[in-house]
Amino acid sequence: MNSTVRGLIAKHGGLPVSVETLADDADLYEAGLSSFASVQLMLALEDAFDVEFPENLLNRKSFASIAAITAAVGSLVSDAQVA
Amino acid sequence: MDKQISFLDQLFDRGILYDSAVDGLYARSGIFEDVIARFEDLAKSFGKDETSEAMVFPPGLPMKDFETSGYMKNFPQLAGTVHAFCGNDHDHAGLLQCLASGEDWTKNQKATDIALTPAACYPLYPILARRGPLPATGAYVALQSYCYRHEPSREPTRMQMFRQREFVRVGNSEQAIEFRETWKKRGQEIMKLLQLPCHVEVANDPFFGRAGKIMGSSQREQELKFELVVPINSEASPTACMSFNYHMDNFGKAWNIRQADGSHAYTACVGFGLERIALALFRHHGLETENWPTNVRKVLWG
Repeated sequence: MNSTVRGLIAKHGGLPVSVETLADDADLYEAGLSSFASVQLMLALEDAFDVEFPENLLNRKSFASIAAITAAVGSLVSDAQVA
Repeated sequence: MDKQISFLDQLFDRGILYDSAVDGLYARSGIFEDVIARFEDLAKSFGKDETSEAMVFPPGLPMKDFETSGYMKNFPQLAGTVHAFCGNDHDHAGLLQCLASGEDWTKNQKATDIALTPAACYPLYPILARRGPLPATGAYVALQSYCYRHEPSREPTRMQMFRQREFVRVGNSEQAIEFRETWKKRGQEIMKLLQLPCHVEVANDPFFGRAGKIMGSSQREQELKFELVVPINSEASPTACMSFNYHMDNFGKAWNIRQADGSHAYTACVGFGLERIALALFRHHGLETENWPTNVRKVLWG
């Protein structure tokens, strides 16, 4: 999942730096992620993992790092499997 | 009947506003316009030492500039565009037939190159960009425009067509932030003179859809927008009558406005919702302006 997430960030994040240079806990906003790009990224994540971000995850924190994104998507994927 | 509707009805009954077939689209009386004109003079007097120029815009802006603003990314639900008949005799006959039979006659109307202005400062940015790099002092513009937002409502404070008076600061980030902080204070001073209860709070724009939740929460987290709110329709949800916005370099980048050193300009604006402020005055001081508190009258009419 981590590599898929990284691939989507590279494609939709509009970052001026290469995603490979970023640690999992690096602050993506400091790395140049705009609010609008985080929205594009969310839509791409939903398509890639066939999930829908619920209201409580629609905030800046959910997209603050690769680790945060992976955790958010991870919780949605496992919810989907349980259901 | 709830309170909001009764206030609107009072305004109609007293002849301050005139109702129409469309919610949020009202004619204004001379009394109402006089209050707005007096308030505008008051607001202008607070910024007169810094203002480098003044502009008033028509209620539409070039479609290209509207596209550049990025408004459709964030607020497609509020936008309005101007459409017009561009057909021939045959099309005209068809149109008249539709009108006569009560069918939809608008389906063949074509988009023109004009969009309705959604926020008063948008027409300013392309004008500044065309001039080339700003002087080191930046720009400090007083402006006013009619604006349109597609949100029909019977709440008198939520009109579809309304005016915003603004001051806009364009320059470096320090200039923009300092401007915003100054106006947060001035806004409260103005309301104190008008004896209107108010407070300033962090706010977010009504971004569209689920994605808009992220945009809104990040705007709040970064404290980019503050609103001065006054209870008009209710105490529980007071109405934003002024807003103090820091756009970072978003508009500088969108329109390619450059600072003297060539980098993208930073912008901030303070917006006064003119109809809302007039309504706040009528709500708190009564429908008869001659009975308003002496000091309020003095501030407005001298």
